[in-house]
Amino acid sequence: MKRVDGRKPTEIRPVEMKVGVVKNADGSALVRFGNTEAIAAVYGPKELHPKHLQDNEKAILKCTYMMAPFSTTERNKPGPSRRSIEISKVIKEAIEPALFLEEYPRASIDVYILVTQANAGTRTAGINAASLALADAGIPMRDLVSAIAAGKIEGEYVIDLNGDEEKVTLADIPLAYMPREGKITLLQMDGNLPKEDVKNIIKLAIDTCKKLYEMQKKVLKEKWLKEGVE
Amino acid sequence: MNKVFKKTRDLVLPGELVVESMDYLPGRNCFREGNGIYSKRLGLVYFKGRVVEVVPLAGPYIPEVGDMVIGEIKEVQYSGWIVDINSPYQAFLPISGIREFVDSLKTDISKIYNTGDVIYGKISVVSALKTIYISMKEPQTRKFSGGRIVEISPVKVPRLIGKGGSMINLIKNKTKCRISVGQNGRIWLQGEKEELAVKAIMMVNEKSHTTGLTEAVERLLDRGE
Repeated sequence: MKRVDGRKPTEIRPVEMKVGVVKNADGSALVRFGNTEAIAAVYGPKELHPKHLQDNEKAILKCTYMMAPFSTTERNKPGPSRRSIEISKVIKEAIEPALFLEEYPRASIDVYILVTQANAGTRTAGINAASLALADAGIPMRDLVSAIAAGKIEGEYVIDLNGDEEKVTLADIPLAYMPREGKITLLQMDGNLPKEDVKNIIKLAIDTCKKLYEMQKKVLKEKWLKEGVE
Repeated sequence: MNKVFKKTRDLVLPGELVVESMDYLPGRNCFREGNGIYSKRLGLVYFKGRVVEVVPLAGPYIPEVGDMVIGEIKEVQYSGWIVDINSPYQAFLPISGIREFVDSLKTDISKIYNTGDVIYGKISVVSALKTIYISMKEPQTRKFSGGRIVEISPVKVPRLIGKGGSMINLIKNKTKCRISVGQNGRIWLQGEKEELAVKAIMMVNEKSHTTGLTEAVERLLDRGE
């Protein structure tokens, strides 16, 4: 089967990753999958206000996913929407297991994810960028988190759906994974698929996450090697 | 079976395996999972005997007892001052933490330190909940007047000080500046060649992990301007 953009079913879109793109943030990253682009910026750990939200046991992770008004074909009204609030929540839950939040009691760690171009897979691009930005900010982590979406089109499993494919796939399954830990931190599905298909898609997505993990590690190391760490 | 995957000064990422052995112990910024010792943060690995340590390349200042810090008075309260120490946690300087005895009923303590004043204090208490107390009783502690303050990344302060104070003494001697370094990444300096000293400090901040840094700083200071 040939896909709309000529990719093989198990081939991801051209990926670009950059670390340290936002100068004023404590850590930041940019991740691009084809025409989907997300920028993540991490601020903190810092003091949490209002004080009643503070947790004496651990830091609070705040996650904000936003779509730029110009990111979609039809102008996107700025500000939080039903959709972006929900995605913020699932992204938070996808990266939280990777963090040692108990090291910073009473503090907060803020993660802002801005989608500057949307062409399907924005939440997975956001998770990849957030995980890079957190590592860049020097936050203690168990592992990096990689994420990718997969689906089934014309009887074949396809990875990293683009905007056109997202409309025709039987189901869209985004998955976030901690490769070293071997744990899935995000699994969603819209659409319907038999159990067997879901299992195969999860397996395919995990394999791809492992590839993304290597890319994430490479880009993080490159940033510091460039600055002269031997 | 001892498997050591990294050597001293190797770059590690969060979750990267450093050693697979029960003969080693996880030190700062490391954790154990099964037989393996992994890094928690992006940094450089150091082996101290059987202890594996990671020195981070980025991150905030977390106070420890005994640290000398440069803080700014944020608020004057009835029984002390709230001090900003460039950390996720605010510090508190109680009136019992200063040299002279003060009767808080009879004195306006803002006459001693007022908001905006900058002090050089010592961390005296760090509780499990990260409640921080500062003391101004130690001989080195003081209130700054004049001079200027520059901020660098707190994780780079040890490099700025150097082994046994070699780097900071080099800058002090060559520029004849008075310099006080806070562990929280703030540096106070005063003298005629402030500008040059700031240049040298920023150079250390940017190139802290490169080899031959002391020589490069020395060259910069000798060139002068």
